[in-house]
Amino acid sequence: ASLNAPRNAAFSVDAEPTAKKIVTGYNNFYEFGTGKYDPAASADAMKTRPWTIEIAGEVEKPQTIDIEALLKMPLQERLYRFRCVEAWSMVVPWVGFEFNQLARLAGPTSKAKYVKFTTAMQPETMPGLRIPVLDWPYTEGLRIDEAMHPLTLLTLGVYGETLPNQNGAPVRLVVPWKYGFKSVKSIVKIEFVENEPSTAWNKAAANEYGFYSNVNPNVDHPRWSQKRERLLPSLFASRQTELFNGYADQVASLYAGMDLKKNF
Amino acid sequence: MMALADLPAPARVRKPGAPRRGAPPPGWTRWAKPLVLAAGLAPLARLVYGVFWNPDLLGANPAETIEHVTGDWCLQFLLITLAVTPLRRLSGWNWPIKFRRMLGLFAFFYGVVHLLAYVGFDMLFDPAAIGKDIWKRPFVTVGFSALLLMTPLAVTSTKGWVRRLGGPAWARLHRLVYAIAALGVLHYWWLVKRDITWPVAYAAMLAALLGWRLWARGRRQKAQAARFGEARS
Repeated sequence: ASLNAPRNAAFSVDAEPTAKKIVTGYNNFYEFGTGKYDPAASADAMKTRPWTIEIAGEVEKPQTIDIEALLKMPLQERLYRFRCVEAWSMVVPWVGFEFNQLARLAGPTSKAKYVKFTTAMQPETMPGLRIPVLDWPYTEGLRIDEAMHPLTLLTLGVYGETLPNQNGAPVRLVVPWKYGFKSVKSIVKIEFVENEPSTAWNKAAANEYGFYSNVNPNVDHPRWSQKRERLLPSLFASRQTELFNGYADQVASLYAGMDLKKNF
Repeated sequence: MMALADLPAPARVRKPGAPRRGAPPPGWTRWAKPLVLAAGLAPLARLVYGVFWNPDLLGANPAETIEHVTGDWCLQFLLITLAVTPLRRLSGWNWPIKFRRMLGLFAFFYGVVHLLAYVGFDMLFDPAAIGKDIWKRPFVTVGFSALLLMTPLAVTSTKGWVRRLGGPAWARLHRLVYAIAALGVLHYWWLVKRDITWPVAYAAMLAALLGWRLWARGRRQKAQAARFGEARS
């Protein structure tokens, strides 16, 4: 379904969007298989209605929100850079609203230092769950100030329409200065917590996927360089990767005084 | 032992006087070889066609597709090459040997294209970056070593080189293929992010092909010992 969402130029990059068939055809969504083309081929089966998000933990008003209520929020389109940890990138017109707006509905308490996100588990529609490549359900986490940052977008659509299932329907997060896997898909639960939550990729290989996973050309993945990236569908990995994926002006202050090589 | 059979002495394989089982008509390899050559080049032709005339064919990340396809075919041709000897022994056919050199050279060829794709698409032909990458990343080190080790085998694959080196020395050199295949599988295993299904499948096939050789050698040695015993009694 199409979404009414004016472009927010202040939060958009000056770049050509990646072709829609690439954005919606080349995805990492391991619940539907580890191949990049698996999600587009098999995610149609996922049931996205009814859909609710449980908001729990250190909040004044724990609640369960229906997806239809989220779709009634004022939406905007933002053209973001999207950089995968595998060294490819895209430019994507996401549609959504700032996560902090949702957080405010629940009212995080002073104990809420981190936010933990959980992806849906539908064994009957997600063949990838049968293989323990990750500790299911998929979990991700952000520090509270990262989650509340205006760039962190609760995303309901792409290319002016509701999200295709393979892109994390019906609701996902987009954190544009971090590697793509931090932008958790198909969210069913949001918990505000006091301690740093464990996350799926960090549990799988802590030396390769740190909790922060900020895009950083100076910190290589143990098995490949992060200096450059391949802006799809380019053959050559000729784009220089930027610190914080080009969003340093907005987010570098979040990490002032931190050793980014240690806290990668 | 597999290499000995490349010597220009076909009678060596068939026991003297044994019937030739399932032998195709004589001279058939003359037209079969170009067919195998064309089939072996088909995957590359598809990639070239995709790059220049039909980008959709190679998906959203054509460079990755090219690297995966060429890497896969390199490993697959290595395994097929290693299957030639077991196939001959188990079936009694002699003809598979006529294709082995071409199959081995295809493995090398796809390995070279695989390396070139990495050097060009990933490394932008930057020698410093390539050197650092080979040095720093074990999976690259292993893959590069495999291709390096394959080079002398490709060079000495001609009849002239078999003659020059002498059969036994040539055969010893070409046993490097066992290590090369193992390095290739390791390269694949180490590079995948989480799902090791395919590396495990390749490793199992390689283990079967090499395991069969060990088993066959054990049997040959036993048979030899038995003959030796008979001769003495």
